[in-house]
Amino acid sequence: MENRILMQGNHAVGEGGLQGGCQAYFGYPITPQNELTQYMAKRMVEERKVFIQAESELAAINMVFGASLVGARAMTTSSSPGISLKQEGISYMVGCELPGVIVNIQRGGPGLGNIAGAQGDYFQATRGGGHGDYYLIVLAPDSVQEMYDLTREAFDLADKYRNPVIVLADGILGQMLEPVKIVKKNPMSNFSAKKDWILDGCKGRKPRMVRSLLMGEGVLEEHNLKLGKKYERMRKSEVRVETDNLEDAEVALVGYGISARICKEAMEIARQKGIKVGLVRPITLWPFPEKVIAENVDRLKAFLVIEMSLGQMVEDVRLATNGKCPVYFYGRTGGGIPEVDVIVERIEKILK
Amino acid sequence: MGKIIINIEQCKGCKLCVIFCPKQLIKLSEKLNPAGYHPAEFIDNGQCNSCGLCYQMCPDVAIEVWKGEKR
Amino acid sequence: MKKIFSRPESLTAKRNIYCSGCGHGIVHRLIAEVIDELGIREKTIGVAPVGCAVFAYDYWNFDVTEAAHGRPPAVATGIKRVLPDRVVFTYQGDGDLAAIGTAETVHAANRGENITIIFVNNGVYGMTGGQMAPTTLIAQKTTTTPLGRDPKIAGYPIKISEALGQLEGSVYIERVTVNSPKNTIKAKRAIKKAFQNQIQNKGFSLVEVLSMCPIAWGVNPVEALKWIEQKMIPVFPLGVIKDKDLTAKGNL
Repeated sequence: MENRILMQGNHAVGEGGLQGGCQAYFGYPITPQNELTQYMAKRMVEERKVFIQAESELAAINMVFGASLVGARAMTTSSSPGISLKQEGISYMVGCELPGVIVNIQRGGPGLGNIAGAQGDYFQATRGGGHGDYYLIVLAPDSVQEMYDLTREAFDLADKYRNPVIVLADGILGQMLEPVKIVKKNPMSNFSAKKDWILDGCKGRKPRMVRSLLMGEGVLEEHNLKLGKKYERMRKSEVRVETDNLEDAEVALVGYGISARICKEAMEIARQKGIKVGLVRPITLWPFPEKVIAENVDRLKAFLVIEMSLGQMVEDVRLATNGKCPVYFYGRTGGGIPEVDVIVERIEKILK
Repeated sequence: MGKIIINIEQCKGCKLCVIFCPKQLIKLSEKLNPAGYHPAEFIDNGQCNSCGLCYQMCPDVAIEVWKGEKR
Repeated sequence: MKKIFSRPESLTAKRNIYCSGCGHGIVHRLIAEVIDELGIREKTIGVAPVGCAVFAYDYWNFDVTEAAHGRPPAVATGIKRVLPDRVVFTYQGDGDLAAIGTAETVHAANRGENITIIFVNNGVYGMTGGQMAPTTLIAQKTTTTPLGRDPKIAGYPIKISEALGQLEGSVYIERVTVNSPKNTIKAKRAIKKAFQNQIQNKGFSLVEVLSMCPIAWGVNPVEALKWIEQKMIPVFPLGVIKDKDLTAKGNL
């Protein structure tokens, strides 16, 4: 029998981080991810690893910067307003090519918004988020199991590319309880073995510097082009997507995270009614699985994008269809949850 | 007896060494260095006692201080 | 003849970009000498700030990183907690440490992080063109206080070192200056103690160095020395602000 334990999404992120080799965690309280920081306060100490409740999200991400700089696998977690504060540090980490894992348990915005689950930070996560010209891998779990798995794997991806990785979940997933299969061994953790760029004292080698200020003529452009090649490699190798029932579908629902769960239910109900509905669930929001969208533009009558926002991912779907297939949108914002009945109605209306 | 060696390329002519030399053995050169400063110049008249005050105040760490062996 | 004073090993041969008479070069050298004397060059990690000293990594001959503006204490915290046996220090200006990074400074001190901070106070933002710093003196003219700092509008010069001394977590705080050979030698002694404290696991140590910025003050390098004496020291008095070693012995 598989070893499964009932876990809350926030706890699963923490445990996934630990199994991913997290050596240092820095957090700051914010709802709806407080259980995560509390979980790490206990577990990191049990495992004799570094835990600090920082004085702010700014400090927390810069502690991640410091820990990563000396070779540790480091993580910070927060929710939307706190993630905005972390953007400064994330941009510096990208500039300095420092790996790290940042988890966003999204809540309603803008501003202080509310504490309900939401998906309003898609643009922020997939377009870099901070200042400058950069991208990050963005992983979007849709279950507590994936909260665990993707956080664990995020550490490998971060080390593989020397670039921060974002896990973009939401308050509903954070609070949800589901059984989780615990994987003790990290299959890819060999990446951390060859960190020949860290600052750990210059014993037996020349001093190193890690910086993002590149003032010489053309130096920053050269650096950014190098980073650009890295983003290209990510685009080529790291796209993850779940599809279902696309073979005979007339309409494909597109949703990520908790919205995808709603899409799955809507698909079932529609199928029971004899409507041929399929599903595209991006697991990486960046790089976006544009290929699977593009491949289906001729076969499908339409895409219907479901989000808990005013419509953000829908833009990526439209870009991927390149005008060759109609793209519809249904979303709820400010903590509202898309309703299954409404989704089915929209599908029926599209096919009329 | 001692002496100092001034790295005139690094010197920015701030004069801090000039004013602190207890024996007034440093002055600014009339020539310009590559950066456009009048660098400090050592007046080697055998009176330098290697006190190092010039070194202590040099913001460019452009001064080396040498001391003669004890006789 | 024997060489008795020359560039320390912990300083690279590179010419610094600081203005003529700037105090940064002296403070860089003092840190480098202390690191040489303590034999810790190969286990030291420096954190450079944003500001004039952003290029410090070019001048120090050991591992150096550069933090976002105001964040060096947080970066140093991350480093030190992961590698407690390394020597970690930050080098920060007044804007970095006492304006944008006040929270990071105060909380690193309050946690008693076992790090060393060298805080260079010259009362202005040099790199960006001589704007008001948190430590700018009352009536001091800067490019953003063209009529002089008016406390009714812009508040007072912040005595952050005294404030940090009030925190239980800080171990050693001293204010020094580099405006004369005698003061420079004293400054080195303080910097050395701040590093030794870390090596001995005593905790948070900070040395504030009143340093010359002749360009932004509108004076020549020699006048800048007097400027410190006459204008800065009366507001920022020199001396030990806190030393738990001395308090324990009843000497402070």
